[in-house]
Amino acid sequence: MNIIETKALTKRFGDLIAVNALDLKVKKGEVFGLLGPNGAGKTTIISMLSTILTPSSGSALVSGKDVKNERNSVRKNIGIVFQDPSLDEELTGYENMDFHGRLYGMEKEQRVERIIELLELVDLIDKKDVPVKNYSGGMKRRLEIARGLLHKPKVLFLDEPTLGLDPQTRRYLWEYIQNMNKKDDVTIMLTTHYMEEADELCDRIAIIDHGKIVALDSPKNLKKKNKAETLEDVFIELTGRGIREENADSKESWKQKARSWRRG
Amino acid sequence: MAVYTIWLREMLRFIRDKSRILGTLGMPLFFLVFIGTGLNSAFQGIDLPGGTNYIAFMAPGIVGMVLLFGSVFSGLTVVIDKQFGFMKEILVAPVSRSSIVLGKALGGATTALLQAMILLSFIFIFGVIPFSLNALLLALPLMFLISLGFVNIGVLFASKLDDPHGFQIVMNFFIMPIFFLSGAFFPLDKLPVWLKTLSLLDPLTYGVDGLRYILLGSSASFFGADGIWIDFAVLTGFAAITLLLGAHAFDRMQ
Ligand SMILES: Nc1ncnc2c1ncn2[C@@H]1O[C@H](COP(=O)(O)OP(=O)(O)OP(=O)(O)O)[C@@H](O)[C@H]1O
Ligand SMILES: [Mg+2]
Repeated sequence: MNIIETKALTKRFGDLIAVNALDLKVKKGEVFGLLGPNGAGKTTIISMLSTILTPSSGSALVSGKDVKNERNSVRKNIGIVFQDPSLDEELTGYENMDFHGRLYGMEKEQRVERIIELLELVDLIDKKDVPVKNYSGGMKRRLEIARGLLHKPKVLFLDEPTLGLDPQTRRYLWEYIQNMNKKDDVTIMLTTHYMEEADELCDRIAIIDHGKIVALDSPKNLKKKNKAETLEDVFIELTGRGIREENADSKESWKQKARSWRRG
Repeated sequence: MAVYTIWLREMLRFIRDKSRILGTLGMPLFFLVFIGTGLNSAFQGIDLPGGTNYIAFMAPGIVGMVLLFGSVFSGLTVVIDKQFGFMKEILVAPVSRSSIVLGKALGGATTALLQAMILLSFIFIFGVIPFSLNALLLALPLMFLISLGFVNIGVLFASKLDDPHGFQIVMNFFIMPIFFLSGAFFPLDKLPVWLKTLSLLDPLTYGVDGLRYILLGSSASFFGADGIWIDFAVLTGFAAITLLLGAHAFDRMQ
């Protein structure tokens, strides 16, 4: 069963086509990775699937519900850790979690229990009554991850969740998330720029460039097909060596297009 | 539940932010004490509606000012939520857009009301207007309607703005004219027609008039003995229409 299914999903920002007629199927229970250079369109894809952005054209079903016409049903089934900060800095860590639990209609007893469990997981239990504005960058990130996991969604979107975290914390969190994936059958769609992380975690990976899929397979097959040692080699091979500027000017994007044509 | 959750957050942020409470009360108090006393002595012997002195005439206008400023800025905090990214957390949650706006409006109205109560206690303690408990109880729903409407307008503006730079424009071209036209400083009856017309289009006029009616007596109302009903009717309509407009604008925001 496909828990995420998109048909010609497209998002335009003015002249820029951030996501270009994307067809994608993610199976229930999968850990699915979206990889791609800066500005490839990963966050835009996740934003459309999570109803934050309305698609310009095309359609997408998440957990059987249409992201355009059944937004509220989609929202009930998903959880998300955003790439950019999204905490209320005036509130404490606990209050941020509590707000989230209440919005998702969690009963008091279960809410308190889960909040404590997750704050312990991300090692913030001692800081739970401190306003978030006094947290370090890594602490804020950990709180956002804990919050995204709070209500046990069917589909969990993780947009560069471990950015800026130390290796110990990253390992630890991924173990918990993998466990959630196995035990509670949570489907996970994640983006990351840590290639080893993606290699180790993902059942399948889509490599995205200029809003289109350039490759889609298991990490093992991707490496085999491209005769590469590591996923990083595959990534560089498929997306080129040039540095991506977000909002690249038209000349630059022409150069990039020319490059991708040459690669054929 | 969702409405309550959003309301609760507004309360937590309000209690936490001592400077906001002081900041919004400072200016109105200066208006009341300095301008009020100044004009009070200048206008000695001039006939004001309700036969009061000038400072008592102006005090309900200053209460209206606190409600106006406090409410519009509460609505505008939606912009700050957008900037800090917290809005995404709210928008992706399985709650209807109207309950978000309603929670925001009720939260903003409650905080504005608390600020107005602080000002009213000054007005009472310093004997500017010795109003009764009954008058206070009647003033509460009226003040609530005033704030509700103006929080919604704040939300309406905030849905269109992307960063707090726009606050200054809202301040200069909306809040200030609304305040000055409301009849907070002068009675409406002797105004030239153009100014009177503008004043009658200003929803805050009905708020200030209602407060005068309640705190100073029916003779202080521009609309006469039945004035309070007119004021309540206009303000109810104002709160309802702006709630719809605010919810609509919020819904279309991305
Ligand atoms: N709100 C917006 N308005 C205009 N352009 C946008 C907007 N959001 C994204 N874009 C553009 O769309 C393209 C895709 O952006 P997106 O954020 O999806 O990339 P990404 O793959 O997530 O990149 P990164 O790895 O840097 O997070 C970029 O060129 C970006 O500049
Ligand atoms: Mg991104």
